[in-house]
Amino acid sequence: MTTRSPATGDLAQVSDEALVSLVANSDEQALAELYDRFGRVAYGLALRILRDEALAQDAVQEAFLGVWRSADRYLPERAKASTWILTLVHRRAVDLVRREERRRGERLEDAPESVALSTVEGEATLGYQRRVVQEALKGLPADQREALELAYYGGLTQSELAERLGQPLGTIKSRMFMGLARLRDLLAQAGLEESLR
Amino acid sequence: MSDDIHALAAAYALDALSQAEEQSFEQHLAGCTRCRGELAGLKEAAASLAYAAAGPSPPLQLRERILSQARNERGNVVSLPARRRNWTAPLAAAAAIAASVAIGLGVWTATRPSEGNAFARILAQPGAKVIGMGDRGAVTVAPDGEAALILRVPPAPSGKTYEAWVIRPGATKPAGLFRGGKGATVLEIQGAVTRGSVIGVTVERAGGVDQPSQKPFAATKAIT
Repeated sequence: MTTRSPATGDLAQVSDEALVSLVANSDEQALAELYDRFGRVAYGLALRILRDEALAQDAVQEAFLGVWRSADRYLPERAKASTWILTLVHRRAVDLVRREERRRGERLEDAPESVALSTVEGEATLGYQRRVVQEALKGLPADQREALELAYYGGLTQSELAERLGQPLGTIKSRMFMGLARLRDLLAQAGLEESLR
Repeated sequence: MSDDIHALAAAYALDALSQAEEQSFEQHLAGCTRCRGELAGLKEAAASLAYAAAGPSPPLQLRERILSQARNERGNVVSLPARRRNWTAPLAAAAAIAASVAIGLGVWTATRPSEGNAFARILAQPGAKVIGMGDRGAVTVAPDGEAALILRVPPAPSGKTYEAWVIRPGATKPAGLFRGGKGATVLEIQGAVTRGSVIGVTVERAGGVDQPSQKPFAATKAIT
Protein backbone atom coordinates (compact mmCIF):
# COMPACT_ATOMS: atom_id res chain seq x y z
CA MET A 1 0.00 0.00 0.00
CA THR A 2 1.49 3.29 -1.01
CA THR A 3 -1.13 5.52 0.51
CA ARG A 4 -2.76 4.95 3.85
CA SER A 5 -5.88 6.65 4.90
CA PRO A 6 -5.51 9.03 7.80
CA ALA A 7 -6.27 7.58 11.22
CA THR A 8 -9.85 6.43 11.56
CA GLY A 9 -12.13 9.32 12.25
CA ASP A 10 -10.09 11.79 10.23
CA LEU A 11 -11.75 10.65 7.03
CA ALA A 12 -14.80 12.67 7.99
CA GLN A 13 -12.76 15.80 7.19
CA VAL A 14 -11.58 14.57 3.81
CA SER A 15 -13.27 15.90 0.65
CA ASP A 16 -15.28 13.55 -1.53
CA GLU A 17 -12.75 13.97 -4.31
CA ALA A 18 -9.82 13.11 -2.06
CA LEU A 19 -11.70 10.03 -0.83
CA VAL A 20 -12.00 8.84 -4.42
CA SER A 21 -8.26 9.13 -4.85
CA LEU A 22 -7.75 7.09 -1.67
CA VAL A 23 -10.14 4.50 -3.09
CA ALA A 24 -7.99 4.45 -6.22
CA ASN A 25 -5.23 3.22 -3.91
CA SER A 26 -7.46 0.39 -2.71
CA ASP A 27 -8.25 2.12 0.55
CA GLU A 28 -11.23 0.28 1.92
CA GLN A 29 -11.95 2.78 4.67
CA ALA A 30 -12.24 5.52 2.10
CA LEU A 31 -14.77 3.40 0.22
CA ALA A 32 -16.69 2.89 3.44
CA GLU A 33 -16.69 6.64 4.05
CA LEU A 34 -18.00 7.33 0.53
CA TYR A 35 -20.72 4.77 1.11
CA ASP A 36 -21.64 6.44 4.40
CA ARG A 37 -21.92 9.77 2.58
CA PHE A 38 -23.79 8.67 -0.52
CA GLY A 39 -25.22 5.22 0.17
CA ARG A 40 -28.48 6.62 1.44
CA VAL A 41 -29.10 8.91 -1.55
CA ALA A 42 -27.94 6.16 -3.87
CA TYR A 43 -30.39 3.67 -2.39
CA GLY A 44 -33.25 6.17 -2.46
CA LEU A 45 -32.59 6.79 -6.12
CA ALA A 46 -32.23 3.13 -7.01
CA LEU A 47 -35.41 2.27 -5.15
CA ARG A 48 -37.34 5.04 -6.87
CA ILE A 49 -36.25 3.71 -10.25
CA LEU A 50 -36.45 -0.01 -9.57
CA ARG A 51 -39.32 -0.18 -7.04
CA ASP A 52 -37.84 -3.35 -5.65
CA GLU A 53 -35.61 -3.50 -2.60
CA ALA A 54 -33.46 -6.41 -3.73
CA LEU A 55 -32.84 -4.90 -7.16
CA ALA A 56 -32.13 -1.49 -5.63
CA GLN A 57 -29.54 -3.08 -3.35
CA ASP A 58 -27.95 -4.80 -6.34
CA ALA A 59 -27.78 -1.52 -8.23
CA VAL A 60 -26.16 0.28 -5.30
CA GLN A 61 -23.71 -2.55 -4.73
CA GLU A 62 -22.70 -2.65 -8.38
CA ALA A 63 -22.33 1.12 -8.47
CA PHE A 64 -20.07 1.22 -5.42
CA LEU A 65 -18.02 -1.65 -6.78
CA GLY A 66 -17.78 0.44 -9.95
CA VAL A 67 -16.38 3.22 -7.77
CA TRP A 68 -13.90 0.74 -6.28
CA ARG A 69 -12.81 -0.58 -9.67
CA SER A 70 -12.59 2.64 -11.60
CA ALA A 71 -11.66 5.26 -9.01
CA ASP A 72 -8.28 5.61 -10.67
CA ARG A 73 -10.00 6.90 -13.78
CA TYR A 74 -12.07 9.54 -12.03
CA LEU A 75 -11.07 13.05 -13.12
CA PRO A 76 -11.89 15.70 -10.51
CA GLU A 77 -11.67 18.48 -13.10
CA ARG A 78 -14.52 16.86 -15.04
CA ALA A 79 -17.09 16.36 -12.34
CA LYS A 80 -17.65 16.51 -8.62
CA ALA A 81 -17.20 13.13 -6.96
CA SER A 82 -20.85 13.17 -5.89
CA THR A 83 -21.92 13.64 -9.51
CA TRP A 84 -19.65 10.85 -10.65
CA ILE A 85 -20.93 8.43 -8.01
CA LEU A 86 -24.61 9.25 -8.47
CA THR A 87 -24.18 8.97 -12.23
CA LEU A 88 -22.84 5.43 -11.73
CA VAL A 89 -25.77 4.59 -9.47
CA HIS A 90 -28.31 5.98 -11.92
CA ARG A 91 -26.73 4.13 -14.81
CA ARG A 92 -26.78 0.82 -12.95
CA ALA A 93 -30.37 1.26 -11.86
CA VAL A 94 -31.49 2.21 -15.35
CA ASP A 95 -29.63 -0.71 -16.88
CA LEU A 96 -31.33 -3.03 -14.39
CA VAL A 97 -34.79 -1.60 -14.90
CA ARG A 98 -34.45 -1.92 -18.64
CA ARG A 99 -33.17 -5.43 -18.32
CA GLU A 100 -35.91 -6.46 -15.97
CA GLU A 101 -38.36 -5.01 -18.46
CA ARG A 102 -40.37 -3.52 -15.72
CA ARG A 103 -42.69 -1.15 -17.37
CA ARG A 104 -41.77 1.70 -15.16
CA GLY A 105 -43.82 4.29 -17.01
CA GLU A 106 -47.13 2.66 -16.12
CA ARG A 107 -46.19 2.33 -12.53
CA LEU A 108 -44.83 5.75 -11.99
CA GLU A 109 -48.14 7.19 -10.85
CA ASP A 110 -48.44 4.54 -8.17
CA ALA A 111 -45.13 5.50 -6.66
CA PRO A 112 -45.18 7.10 -3.27
CA GLU A 113 -44.24 10.70 -3.99
CA SER A 114 -42.25 11.02 -0.87
CA VAL A 115 -41.13 8.97 2.05
CA ALA A 116 -41.01 10.55 5.47
CA LEU A 117 -37.49 11.15 6.61
CA SER A 118 -36.67 10.19 10.13
CA THR A 119 -34.37 12.28 12.25
CA VAL A 120 -31.12 10.39 12.36
CA GLU A 121 -28.01 12.53 12.20
CA GLY A 122 -27.20 13.69 8.69
CA GLU A 123 -30.73 13.46 7.48
CA ALA A 124 -31.44 17.10 8.14
CA THR A 125 -28.92 17.95 5.43
CA LEU A 126 -30.35 15.35 3.12
CA GLY A 127 -33.83 16.70 3.75
CA TYR A 128 -32.63 20.20 2.95
CA GLN A 129 -30.97 19.15 -0.30
CA ARG A 130 -34.07 17.30 -1.21
CA ARG A 131 -36.29 20.31 -0.67
CA VAL A 132 -34.01 22.53 -2.72
CA VAL A 133 -34.13 20.14 -5.69
CA GLN A 134 -37.87 19.67 -5.35
CA GLU A 135 -38.39 23.43 -5.27
CA ALA A 136 -36.24 23.83 -8.37
CA LEU A 137 -38.27 21.11 -10.12
CA LYS A 138 -41.44 22.99 -9.28
CA GLY A 139 -39.96 26.02 -10.97
CA LEU A 140 -39.95 24.24 -14.33
CA PRO A 141 -42.80 24.30 -16.83
CA ALA A 142 -44.91 21.21 -16.24
CA ASP A 143 -44.09 19.56 -19.56
CA GLN A 144 -40.35 19.92 -18.98
CA ARG A 145 -40.59 18.59 -15.46
CA GLU A 146 -42.61 15.62 -16.65
CA ALA A 147 -40.02 14.79 -19.30
CA LEU A 148 -37.16 14.98 -16.78
CA GLU A 149 -38.96 12.87 -14.21
CA LEU A 150 -40.03 10.18 -16.63
CA ALA A 151 -36.53 9.99 -18.05
CA TYR A 152 -34.54 10.16 -14.84
CA TYR A 153 -36.75 8.30 -12.37
CA GLY A 154 -38.64 6.24 -14.91
CA GLY A 155 -35.64 5.05 -16.88
CA LEU A 156 -37.42 5.74 -20.17
CA THR A 157 -35.41 6.47 -23.30
CA GLN A 158 -36.29 9.57 -25.28
CA SER A 159 -38.08 7.45 -27.90
CA GLU A 160 -40.13 5.69 -25.23
CA LEU A 161 -40.95 9.09 -23.79
CA ALA A 162 -42.10 10.38 -27.16
CA GLU A 163 -44.34 7.39 -27.60
CA ARG A 164 -45.72 7.54 -24.11
CA LEU A 165 -46.48 11.24 -24.25
CA GLY A 166 -47.65 11.13 -27.86
CA GLN A 167 -45.21 13.86 -28.89
CA PRO A 168 -42.67 14.09 -31.69
CA LEU A 169 -39.15 13.06 -30.68
CA GLY A 170 -37.87 16.57 -31.42
CA THR A 171 -40.30 18.01 -28.89
CA ILE A 172 -39.16 15.56 -26.24
CA LYS A 173 -35.51 16.32 -26.91
CA SER A 174 -36.03 20.00 -26.51
CA ARG A 175 -38.15 19.58 -23.38
CA MET A 176 -35.42 17.54 -21.78
CA PHE A 177 -32.73 19.95 -22.86
CA MET A 178 -34.53 23.09 -21.78
CA GLY A 179 -35.72 21.47 -18.58
CA LEU A 180 -32.32 20.21 -17.54
CA ALA A 181 -30.57 23.47 -18.45
CA ARG A 182 -33.17 25.42 -16.48
CA LEU A 183 -32.85 23.05 -13.54
CA ARG A 184 -29.11 23.60 -13.60
CA ASP A 185 -29.60 27.35 -13.47
CA LEU A 186 -32.21 27.20 -10.73
CA LEU A 187 -30.00 25.00 -8.59
CA ALA A 188 -27.08 27.33 -9.09
CA GLN A 189 -29.28 30.16 -7.91
CA ALA A 190 -30.34 28.20 -4.89
CA GLY A 191 -26.70 27.85 -3.97
CA LEU A 192 -27.01 24.11 -3.94
CA GLU A 193 -23.52 23.89 -5.33
CA GLU A 194 -22.16 24.82 -1.95
CA SER A 195 -24.48 22.81 0.21
CA LEU A 196 -23.96 19.59 -1.75
CA ARG A 197 -20.23 19.66 -1.26
CA MET B 1 -22.95 17.92 -37.15
CA SER B 2 -26.52 19.13 -37.06
CA ASP B 3 -28.01 20.95 -34.08
CA ASP B 4 -30.00 17.85 -33.52
CA ILE B 5 -27.09 15.95 -32.11
CA HIS B 6 -26.08 18.75 -29.73
CA ALA B 7 -29.58 18.54 -28.28
CA LEU B 8 -28.85 14.96 -27.23
CA ALA B 9 -26.54 16.16 -24.45
CA ALA B 10 -29.45 16.39 -22.00
CA ALA B 11 -30.83 12.98 -22.88
CA TYR B 12 -27.31 11.61 -22.54
CA ALA B 13 -26.90 13.19 -19.11
CA LEU B 14 -30.23 11.63 -18.10
CA ASP B 15 -29.26 8.17 -19.43
CA ALA B 16 -32.26 8.47 -21.76
CA LEU B 17 -30.62 7.34 -24.99
CA SER B 18 -30.79 3.93 -26.57
CA GLN B 19 -27.48 2.13 -26.86
CA ALA B 20 -27.09 3.07 -30.53
CA GLU B 21 -27.95 6.72 -29.89
CA GLU B 22 -25.56 6.77 -26.99
CA GLN B 23 -22.71 5.42 -29.05
CA SER B 24 -23.25 7.92 -31.81
CA PHE B 25 -23.47 10.77 -29.32
CA GLU B 26 -20.23 9.66 -27.67
CA GLN B 27 -18.51 9.75 -31.04
CA HIS B 28 -19.86 13.24 -31.55
CA LEU B 29 -18.80 14.24 -28.06
CA ALA B 30 -15.20 13.33 -28.71
CA GLY B 31 -14.98 16.08 -31.32
CA CYS B 32 -17.39 18.68 -29.95
CA THR B 33 -16.04 21.04 -27.30
CA ARG B 34 -19.42 22.77 -27.06
CA CYS B 35 -21.13 19.55 -25.98
CA ARG B 36 -18.35 18.55 -23.63
CA GLY B 37 -18.56 21.95 -21.96
CA GLU B 38 -22.31 21.76 -21.69
CA LEU B 39 -22.39 18.19 -20.52
CA ALA B 40 -20.57 18.79 -17.22
CA GLY B 41 -23.28 21.14 -15.97
CA LEU B 42 -26.09 18.99 -17.32
CA LYS B 43 -24.72 15.89 -15.64
CA GLU B 44 -24.47 17.69 -12.37
CA ALA B 45 -28.06 18.89 -12.67
CA ALA B 46 -29.18 15.36 -13.55
CA ALA B 47 -27.32 13.87 -10.57
CA SER B 48 -28.92 16.40 -8.25
CA LEU B 49 -32.26 14.82 -9.10
CA ALA B 50 -31.10 11.87 -7.01
CA TYR B 51 -31.53 13.99 -3.90
CA ALA B 52 -35.19 14.57 -4.63
CA ALA B 53 -35.74 10.80 -4.56
CA ALA B 54 -34.33 10.32 -1.07
CA GLY B 55 -36.22 7.53 0.64
CA PRO B 56 -35.65 4.95 3.34
CA SER B 57 -32.19 3.96 4.51
CA PRO B 58 -30.60 0.96 2.84
CA PRO B 59 -30.44 -2.19 4.96
CA LEU B 60 -27.37 -2.26 7.19
CA GLN B 61 -25.96 -5.42 5.64
CA LEU B 62 -25.63 -3.74 2.24
CA ARG B 63 -22.64 -1.77 3.50
CA GLU B 64 -20.85 -4.93 4.59
CA ARG B 65 -21.75 -6.73 1.36
CA ILE B 66 -20.15 -3.98 -0.66
CA LEU B 67 -17.05 -3.75 1.49
CA SER B 68 -16.44 -7.48 1.60
CA GLN B 69 -16.89 -7.81 -2.14
CA ALA B 70 -14.46 -4.94 -2.65
CA ARG B 71 -12.00 -6.72 -0.36
CA ASN B 72 -12.33 -9.91 -2.41
CA GLU B 73 -11.73 -8.08 -5.63
CA ARG B 74 -8.61 -6.37 -4.46
CA GLY B 75 -5.77 -7.52 -6.61
CA ASN B 76 -7.91 -8.91 -9.37
CA VAL B 77 -7.55 -5.75 -11.33
CA VAL B 78 -4.25 -4.62 -12.72
CA SER B 79 -2.48 -1.63 -11.26
CA LEU B 80 -3.40 -2.47 -7.70
CA PRO B 81 -0.19 -2.44 -5.73
CA ALA B 82 -0.73 -5.59 -3.69
CA ARG B 83 0.49 -8.01 -6.33
CA ARG B 84 3.97 -6.70 -6.74
CA ARG B 85 6.06 -9.15 -4.81
CA ASN B 86 7.93 -12.12 -6.17
CA TRP B 87 7.32 -11.60 -9.81
CA THR B 88 10.83 -11.81 -11.14
CA ALA B 89 11.53 -15.52 -11.03
CA PRO B 90 8.29 -16.74 -12.62
CA LEU B 91 8.54 -13.95 -15.14
CA ALA B 92 11.91 -15.16 -16.31
CA ALA B 93 10.64 -18.72 -16.56
CA ALA B 94 7.51 -17.57 -18.30
CA ALA B 95 9.42 -15.46 -20.73
CA ALA B 96 11.26 -18.54 -21.90
CA ILE B 97 8.05 -20.51 -22.27
CA ALA B 98 6.29 -17.65 -23.95
CA ALA B 99 9.11 -17.30 -26.42
CA SER B 100 8.98 -21.01 -27.15
CA VAL B 101 5.28 -20.93 -27.90
CA ALA B 102 6.02 -18.01 -30.15
CA ILE B 103 3.28 -15.64 -29.20
CA GLY B 104 5.45 -13.17 -30.98
CA LEU B 105 4.10 -10.26 -29.08
CA GLY B 106 7.37 -8.77 -28.00
CA VAL B 107 5.58 -7.65 -24.91
CA TRP B 108 7.72 -8.89 -22.09
CA THR B 109 10.12 -6.01 -21.95
CA ALA B 110 7.26 -3.56 -22.29
CA THR B 111 5.30 -5.05 -19.45
CA ARG B 112 5.58 -3.26 -16.18
CA PRO B 113 6.55 -5.56 -13.32
CA SER B 114 3.37 -4.94 -11.36
CA GLU B 115 1.39 -6.06 -14.38
CA GLY B 116 3.51 -8.99 -15.45
CA ASN B 117 2.76 -10.93 -12.35
CA ALA B 118 -0.49 -12.80 -12.96
CA PHE B 119 0.27 -13.92 -16.50
CA ALA B 120 3.77 -15.03 -15.60
CA ARG B 121 2.68 -16.79 -12.45
CA ILE B 122 -0.06 -18.76 -14.17
CA LEU B 123 2.05 -19.51 -17.20
CA ALA B 124 4.72 -20.89 -14.90
CA GLN B 125 2.34 -23.50 -13.48
CA PRO B 126 2.82 -27.07 -14.75
CA GLY B 127 0.37 -27.83 -17.53
CA ALA B 128 -0.51 -24.19 -18.24
CA LYS B 129 -1.58 -23.52 -21.82
CA VAL B 130 -1.26 -20.45 -23.98
CA ILE B 131 -4.01 -19.54 -26.43
CA GLY B 132 -3.53 -16.72 -28.90
CA MET B 133 -5.89 -13.77 -28.96
CA GLY B 134 -5.67 -12.14 -32.36
CA ASP B 135 -2.27 -10.72 -33.15
CA ARG B 136 -2.12 -8.52 -30.10
CA GLY B 137 -2.51 -10.80 -27.17
CA ALA B 138 -2.79 -14.19 -25.55
CA VAL B 139 -4.45 -15.97 -22.69
CA THR B 140 -2.80 -18.46 -20.38
CA VAL B 141 -4.89 -21.02 -18.54
CA ALA B 142 -3.68 -23.24 -15.69
CA PRO B 143 -5.14 -26.75 -15.29
CA ASP B 144 -7.26 -25.53 -12.35
CA GLY B 145 -8.91 -22.91 -14.57
CA GLU B 146 -6.96 -19.95 -13.27
CA ALA B 147 -6.27 -17.68 -16.21
CA ALA B 148 -4.77 -14.36 -17.22
CA LEU B 149 -4.69 -12.43 -20.42
CA ILE B 150 -2.05 -10.21 -21.89
CA LEU B 151 -3.06 -7.70 -24.51
CA ARG B 152 -1.48 -4.77 -26.25
CA VAL B 153 -4.06 -2.06 -26.83
CA PRO B 154 -4.02 1.74 -26.83
CA PRO B 155 -5.44 3.49 -23.75
CA ALA B 156 -9.22 3.19 -23.59
CA PRO B 157 -10.97 6.39 -24.72
CA SER B 158 -12.08 8.79 -22.03
CA GLY B 159 -15.12 7.46 -20.19
CA LYS B 160 -14.48 3.95 -21.51
CA THR B 161 -12.83 0.84 -20.25
CA TYR B 162 -11.73 -2.45 -21.70
CA GLU B 163 -13.72 -5.31 -20.25
CA ALA B 164 -12.76 -8.96 -20.49
CA TRP B 165 -15.38 -11.71 -20.66
CA VAL B 166 -15.53 -15.42 -20.09
CA ILE B 167 -17.96 -16.52 -22.78
CA ARG B 168 -19.72 -19.85 -22.61
CA PRO B 169 -22.76 -20.90 -24.55
CA GLY B 170 -25.64 -19.26 -22.71
CA ALA B 171 -23.52 -17.56 -20.08
CA THR B 172 -21.18 -14.62 -20.51
CA LYS B 173 -19.52 -13.38 -17.36
CA PRO B 174 -17.48 -10.23 -16.75
CA ALA B 175 -13.85 -11.13 -16.10
CA GLY B 176 -12.28 -7.80 -15.24
CA LEU B 177 -11.62 -4.26 -16.40
CA PHE B 178 -8.45 -2.66 -17.65
CA ARG B 179 -7.29 0.52 -19.22
CA GLY B 180 -4.73 -0.46 -21.79
CA GLY B 181 -1.91 1.88 -22.63
CA LYS B 182 1.79 1.78 -23.13
CA GLY B 183 3.19 -1.70 -23.59
CA ALA B 184 0.96 -4.63 -22.81
CA THR B 185 -1.60 -5.01 -20.09
CA VAL B 186 -1.97 -8.12 -18.00
CA LEU B 187 -5.29 -8.97 -16.43
CA GLU B 188 -6.01 -11.85 -14.13
CA ILE B 189 -9.30 -13.36 -15.26
CA GLN B 190 -11.96 -13.36 -12.55
CA GLY B 191 -13.49 -16.75 -12.03
CA ALA B 192 -12.37 -20.12 -13.32
CA VAL B 193 -12.04 -20.68 -17.06
CA THR B 194 -13.44 -24.04 -17.99
CA ARG B 195 -13.11 -26.05 -21.18
CA GLY B 196 -15.11 -24.70 -24.06
CA SER B 197 -14.94 -21.11 -22.78
CA VAL B 198 -13.85 -18.27 -25.00
CA ILE B 199 -12.11 -15.22 -23.56
CA GLY B 200 -13.07 -11.99 -25.30
CA VAL B 201 -12.51 -8.28 -24.79
CA THR B 202 -14.85 -5.37 -25.56
CA VAL B 203 -14.81 -1.63 -25.00
CA GLU B 204 -17.45 -0.57 -22.50
CA ARG B 205 -18.38 2.49 -20.56
CA ALA B 206 -16.19 3.33 -17.58
CA GLY B 207 -17.06 1.23 -14.58
CA GLY B 208 -17.87 -1.75 -16.73
CA VAL B 209 -21.15 -3.44 -17.57
CA ASP B 210 -22.71 -6.79 -16.75
CA GLN B 211 -23.04 -8.02 -20.30
CA PRO B 212 -21.01 -7.04 -23.36
CA SER B 213 -22.65 -4.34 -25.48
CA GLN B 214 -20.82 -5.39 -28.62
CA LYS B 215 -18.97 -8.23 -30.26
CA PRO B 216 -15.48 -8.71 -28.77
CA PHE B 217 -12.78 -7.03 -30.85
CA ALA B 218 -10.34 -9.65 -29.63
CA ALA B 219 -11.14 -13.21 -28.65
CA THR B 220 -9.50 -16.59 -28.21
CA LYS B 221 -10.61 -19.84 -29.72
CA ALA B 222 -12.52 -22.08 -27.36
CA ILE B 223 -10.22 -23.22 -24.54
CA THR B 224 -9.51 -26.96 -24.79
